[in-house]
Formats: sequence, structure tokens, C-alpha cells
Amino acid sequence: MRELELYFGPQHLGMVGNFSITLKVEGDKIIKADANPGYLHRGFEKLMEERTWMQNFPLVCRINVVEPDHMELIYSMGVEKLADIEVPERGKFLRSIYCEMARVNSHLFGLWAYSNMLGFDTVAHWAMYHRDLLLDRFEELTGGRVYHIYLRPGGVRRDFPEGFTTKLVETLHKIGGKVPDYNQTFFENSLFRKRAEGIGIVNLDEAKRMGAVGHILKANGVKYDIRKIEPYDAYDQVEFDIPTQTGADAYSRLLTIRDDMIESVHMIFKLIDKIPPEGDVYTKTPNPFKWTIPAGESYVRCESSRGELGLYIVSDGGEKPYRVHFNTPSYNHGLTVLEKALEGENIADVGNIMISLYVVAPEIDR
Amino acid sequence: MSVKNYLNPFKAIKYLFEKPETLQYPFETKEIADRYRGFHKNDWSKCTGCGNCADICPNEAIEMIKIDTLEAQPEKGIKDERPQIDYGRCCFCGLCVDICPPASLSLTKDFFHIHFDTGTFTFIPKDENMDEVTYKKADDYSIFQASLSHRKQDYDGFSPDLRYTLFEPERVQMPEVEPDKRVLSFMEQVLGFDTEQAKREAGRCLGCQLCEEACPAHLKISDYIDAIYRNEPKESLKIIYEDNPIPSICGRICMKHCEDACSLRIRGDSLAIRWLKRYAADQIKDFKEELEIKPGESTGKKVSIIGAGPSGLSLAYFLRLQGHQVKVYDELPGGGGAIRIGPPAYRLPLKAIDKDVNYIKSLGVDFQFNTKVGKDIPFTEIYNNSDAVYIGIGNTISFSTKVKNSENCCLALDFLKENKLGEYSKVDKEIVVIGGGNVAMDVAREAIRLQHIQFPDQKVITKTVSLEDWDELPASEEEIQEAKEEGIQFNPGWGPKEIILDEKGRIKGLLCKKVKSVFDEKGRFSPTFYEEKEKVLDCTMIIEAIGQRPDYSFLPQELHAKLKFTQRKKLHVDENGMTSIPKLFAGGDIVNINLDAVTAIADAKVAAEGINKWVYKT
Repeated sequence: MRELELYFGPQHLGMVGNFSITLKVEGDKIIKADANPGYLHRGFEKLMEERTWMQNFPLVCRINVVEPDHMELIYSMGVEKLADIEVPERGKFLRSIYCEMARVNSHLFGLWAYSNMLGFDTVAHWAMYHRDLLLDRFEELTGGRVYHIYLRPGGVRRDFPEGFTTKLVETLHKIGGKVPDYNQTFFENSLFRKRAEGIGIVNLDEAKRMGAVGHILKANGVKYDIRKIEPYDAYDQVEFDIPTQTGADAYSRLLTIRDDMIESVHMIFKLIDKIPPEGDVYTKTPNPFKWTIPAGESYVRCESSRGELGLYIVSDGGEKPYRVHFNTPSYNHGLTVLEKALEGENIADVGNIMISLYVVAPEIDR
Repeated sequence: MSVKNYLNPFKAIKYLFEKPETLQYPFETKEIADRYRGFHKNDWSKCTGCGNCADICPNEAIEMIKIDTLEAQPEKGIKDERPQIDYGRCCFCGLCVDICPPASLSLTKDFFHIHFDTGTFTFIPKDENMDEVTYKKADDYSIFQASLSHRKQDYDGFSPDLRYTLFEPERVQMPEVEPDKRVLSFMEQVLGFDTEQAKREAGRCLGCQLCEEACPAHLKISDYIDAIYRNEPKESLKIIYEDNPIPSICGRICMKHCEDACSLRIRGDSLAIRWLKRYAADQIKDFKEELEIKPGESTGKKVSIIGAGPSGLSLAYFLRLQGHQVKVYDELPGGGGAIRIGPPAYRLPLKAIDKDVNYIKSLGVDFQFNTKVGKDIPFTEIYNNSDAVYIGIGNTISFSTKVKNSENCCLALDFLKENKLGEYSKVDKEIVVIGGGNVAMDVAREAIRLQHIQFPDQKVITKTVSLEDWDELPASEEEIQEAKEEGIQFNPGWGPKEIILDEKGRIKGLLCKKVKSVFDEKGRFSPTFYEEKEKVLDCTMIIEAIGQRPDYSFLPQELHAKLKFTQRKKLHVDENGMTSIPKLFAGGDIVNINLDAVTAIADAKVAAEGINKWVYKT
């Protein structure tokens, strides 16, 4: 049969953003896939070298549109490690609650993307609506809906507004109450299972070899989570479980995302119960115009909603970072893992597999 | 997979019969959160135009624009500039709000702006009090017209909060000797910052430079503070020396107009600029060796300076750097002029003065101390032998109250001079100081120290009495506070009427009358009293510290007659610092009304340029 080259570009509904794949197909079958990043290269890492330590924190969230908060976290962690800043206890809890809100927010967005792409519009609308409810809470806490610019080096920018935790609990209950509906309509829906089960299998050996993290490992039964391995902020003070599956396919991956979201909601409740009632929410950092950080380098990592997120940051002792480099999960997932997972699959499943890998294009290019 | 799993999803149909969650926008709108980061709002009555918002903006979206209708007030730290926001660049992060020292800039809940003209996206924010056309009342506001020029009143979002500011409002505490300990001797009260403290304090500076405009001598304050922050005190001192050649002196007794303009003062403590200057000067042990400043090549021009006070010293330094031959005459045995006599040793020790003077001397300035012009050397001789003459003689004669028996009182300057330059004056156990200015504070605080030294462990009393009431006392707040701590008793709002003597002619007390008003309607000094309200302050010694005047007696009659004076009885000088007599320049307390060292330096800078021009012209 004749081989064809098929261009699966950014305008395709199933695409995860400004990203494309060149597919070599034989009939309906994919022989080889070539990922083409580069549509979203904004030069963040270079831009950050031109901004002071404080000016970088409103910038860094823009790297990842879907989940800006973990970008703020990783940058702050990097700066704190370099400058030897300790976050106050209450600040740690606020940060962890904020990051778990971000995880739920991101997973709902992912759920929208997946269901929307497969044509489950009802579920897509629910997911978007529930995300919007959570965005209202983000707006109350931070003043922004998408880019929150809240988690700063040293802690967080503002304390919780009055009555915030009550409202947050209400919202999470409302979202949690919908989980049976989601199960019925989506996760247990036979149509969906037929589309997702046995598709895009990435087994453990391949996953490890290609540097996959997060839900790809969790779908292989591996409990790999930085919150457990190297607990940061308040994660060592709260009990939580890491949901796993064993299917290694798109369906298992999606179930781990769902369970992760539910676990996050429970974790927020536990964190709210344990939050110290008094205390600072941030450690005062030096005057932003004169803030220099001693020369040195640091690597920090955290668990974003898509897996391990790393940051390598170097200071030459000046007012600006000398070099910044992000190690984002989507980079491996969207380039190496995706190419492998697509081989031998049908054209109709390209979007399906790609979104099940939870690839966020802006994270690849930066 | 059972049939159930195929059919179950249809249960979602039930939501068709529920109330939709979608809002019918714009007829139904959502409540916007209180911290919402929307368009800016700026309270111009609070904004100082410091430009910190523009400096911190990561996207350079803020530009400071000169506003023609505003008037700059450098002495209050207010500029005639206001921020303009470019909403094509703004990312609504709110760093500008968190850095804003006066808390004038905030974000609102407004976020609509649709326009075909991209020019409308640059915008100078004001607030509802200034701009009622843009900020509509709730009834006049329509979401269909919402834009940068149609906004809602009282629609505040993300606002400044002192708990979360990016700057440090609190000053590093200066180590000082406790009041009960310091009244026992003349030891220096302020101990000075150590390196760590100085760096921490210097680190608070936002670099907005409002202070530099407020400083009469326009020192490059933010630059030298930054050098201290970088732990380069030598570099810092070099920057100070460009505009101020007496840093050890000014670092201790400057009236710090800069700190009154500091943008940090509005919601916190102003930067300790004076103490940081002192730190820089104290760090360098030997100015000559370390600063490596050389006098200019010899020009052959001769300039004589009468008075080695702050203005005379500064002028000598500036002119020496130009290469002129400079000779300074002063009646005192050392440099400093009024500064040598006035500020007590606990505030300004002689060795700090001599450090500055000796450095200027080491550059080749010829000091003729113990030389009173008009007595030891005639003025005409100096005038005729010089290319230019500068008089910075200061106010050297104390006023007396001239009330009955006032000839029995001590005069402030005599008292201070004797104390600082000679032996300690003999004091009594009960003293009254007449006056409410800084000199009166100096006198009272010296007096109480002398009392403690001369009458150890005995009850001693020093009181002050002044025409002005608490809120009008001319002395600085700091001085009043410290005097109170040391146990000085205040009697503000009382006017001395008569000195009561006992039968042997010794002072027994001071009769005072309650003051009705100090100034008349036109603001002129003309005190009135309640004749019936009297009190007697018991004392055996009275010191009068109610002001000083200059002594022009060294000038020959015909020259004195030619001198022009201003309405406030100050010597008139032109823009070059020259008096109405050719080749005769003047500055310092006899010219300016601030009566402080840094203004004297400013006068010297003007005169230095004027003299430089003058000597080449002739």
C-alpha cells in the first residue's frame, strides 16, 4: 500500500495547542510520527535573564496556560533554594492548598479537552463550568482568573480573604458531587471506553526509557510523585494517596487523572483543617530593586498536574538570573513518548492519544 | 461492558429540566472579586510621582509623564509627574500596587475597553475625586459603554496593603546610649551603624531620588546609598565628596531635608540617610590616603574666605580642586565655625569636625585660625590682596530678651562656646533656658549634663520656657523628644517678663506671662499676653537662647553702607553668590533662611561657580 505524509497541524480540533505532528501513514495506520514543536516559542528562559528576581514572578506563570500555578511554585522554590529563604508555616499551607486547587483546575481543563475532542460535549461543558466555579475562588484569592500571580518567592502574596475556606469547601463539594455524573456519562460510558481502552499503550519499560513521569507512570502502577519522594511545602504534614492503574493505556491514564483530582479535593479539606490559624504568609524578601542572590546554582522539582516539573536556575550574584531552564513533563510526553505511542495506531486516535498523554504545548516550547 | 453502560449516559438528560447555570450576559453579570486586578486608579492627592511603579513594571508599561497643571514641591518630596499606563503592555500583575510607597496606585474591578483607536489604550489614571466625568456614579454607569473613559466609582479591586508591600517600611534601629546614662556625660549619644546594619538600612532605598531634589546641595544620595549597600564605603564617600566636603559633620548634624522628602516616610520610616552618610565617613579612617582626590593645577588666583564654617570649608574645598590658592580666616582655634561651637559634644565631637577640616587642609588650603578679621588683620588688606573674597561669617551674636534685669542672664552662644572649647561652665542646680529652638535644646541638654556632672546624685532641674506652644515649637521633633527623655521640663506658651532678683542681686526666679498669640494676623512676630495669667519659674541661673544675628563690625563703614539686604534682613546676593559689592561673595546663615549646614554647602557651591567665573573675567 502507498505511504502518505499527513500533516496534523495546530488548527486540528484534536490538537493540544500550537503544535503539529507529521504523520507517515499507510491507509489508516500510522507508520511513523514526527512531532514539530516551535509554534509557541516565546523565549521565556531568555526573557527571564533580563528581568530582576521579583519581576520574573509575574512572567513565569505565562509559560503554561493551563496550569500557571506550578510554574510560580517551581520558580519560587528555585529562588528560595538559591537565596536560602524559608517559607513560614502558614505560607506553606496556603501554597499547598493553592497548588492543589490548581491541580483540580488543570485536571478539569484536561477533562474538557479530552471529552470535547472525542465529541462528548455534555461532559466538556460540565468540566468547563466546574472549572469556572473554581476560577471564581481563584479570583477571590488572587485577583486573577487565569494568571494568578500569587505564589511569590518567600511565600504567597496575600493571606486568604475572609470566609475563603468556607467558600472553597462549598465549591469543591459542588464539584465533587458531580463525580457520579461524570462517571456515568463519561468514564463508565461504553462508547468512551471503546475509544480509550487499549489505545496508546506506553508500557513501563518504554516509559522509563523515554523519561515519562506523572500519570503515564501511574497508569503503569508506579507511585512516582515528587510530593511523596521529596515533600515540599506542607505535603509532609498531610496524608494522601497516589492513585494508580495498571492498564498503561489512554483509559488508565485518564482514570488516574480523575482519581488524582478526587485525591486533591480530599487533600485540600485535610490541609484546611491543619492550617495554622496565625502567622505570616510570606518571608520578607529584600528590596526588589536591590535584590541580589549569591552566585550559585540549584535544581528544584515539584509535582505539577502532569508530572515532575523541574527548574535549573543559576545566579551569578547579580540582580537577575544568569540562566533559567525548565524541565517540563510535556517536553518528554509531547515529543518522545507521543511519537512512540502513535506508531501503529489509527489516524482517528491521534488526538485521543495526545490528550491522554496530557500534553500542554506551551510547556514544550516555552 | 453491559447495556447499562450504554444507557446510563442518557440520564444526563435530567439537566435539561434544571435552571441553566449560564449567565445571560450582559444582562446578568457576576459579582467581581474584591481583589480583582483590573484597570489602574491613582489618587493624585497622595501620588508623589516617585516613579517606583515605572521602575518595577516588568513590561515597561508605565511611563512617568510631566503634568503641566501640577507644581513640583521638591522639599516635600512631590514631583510634577504621574504614571501613564500602556494597556498594550500591562499584564495586570499588580507589582506597581505593592511597591507604591504612598499607596496611591491601586487596581479596580473595571476591565472593559474596546476602541478602534489604539492610542486610547495608553492612559493616565486618576481617581473619582479628580475625574468625575470618567468615574460614573452607579446609576449613570452602563456596561454597554464601559471603557477606560466610562468607569464605575468606588469600584476598588487589588489595593495596597502595608502588610504585603515589597518595600521595608521599618528603619533599622540606630544604637544609642540610654537617656539615663547619657545625661551623666558628654559621650556621643548615637553610636553609628555597623556594616551589617548599614547594609540592611541602605537596602531599603528604592532609588526614586526624591531626596536628591529636596537636598539643598543636591547630593547624589541614591548613588552613595547604593554603594553602601554594595559594601563599598570608599566609593560611597567619593560620591558624597562630589557635592559635600564635610561628611563627618553632616553625617551627624545635618537637618536632613532629604529624609523629609523620602518616599518611604509616607507609610513608614524614612531612610536613615544622615546616619548612612555618617557610616560612610566613619568607615574611612584616613580620607587623604584612601580617597585619592587631588587639588587642581595651580591657577595663580587668590581667594580669601572669612569664616571657616560649613560654607567656608566647602567653598575652600571646591575652589582648591579648581587649583586656586585659598586662604581661610577664622577667629576660633579650629574649623567649623558655628558648628564648632553650637552642636554639643554628645552630638558632634570635635574630632569629627577636625577629621573633615584636616582633610581640606591637607589639600593645600591655608587656614588662619585665631585670626579675627577687623582686629588681627584689616578687612581691606584681605580685600585688596585677593581676586575674590567670600564671607561666611554666620550669626555670632546672641539676642537678649531685654526684659528687666536681663543683664544677669547668660547668652546661649557664650555658654555653648565656653563649654565646648574651654572648661566646662559652672552651672547651678536650677536652670531656666529661654527659647524653643534647636539652640535652646542644645543649651538645655548641655546644662542638664553639666548639672549631673557637677552635682552627682543630687536633684537638679533644667526647664525651658518658650513663647511658642507645643505645636509651634521651632526645635526639631527629634530634639524635643530626646530632651524630654533626658528629663528637661518644658513650659511652652509662656513669655518671660522679668527676672526676679533677691536682696543680694542674685537670680531668684523668672516671671512669665501666658502667651495669647505669637504672631499677628499678617504673620509677623508680635507676641501678645494674658496680663492676668502669671507664673514664676524658680531658678538661680537663666540662659537666653532666643536667636542670633551676624556681626558685620569688621567691615569698614563705607563698605557696610553699600551692602544690600533682603526684606528678611539677609544679605542680598545675586545668582553667582556675589553681594552688591564687586568681588565680595557671601553665603551661609547670613544669606539663607534655613540656617543649617547643608544649605550653607549649597550656597558655597553657587559661590564656587560664581567665583570661578569671576576670577577669570577680571
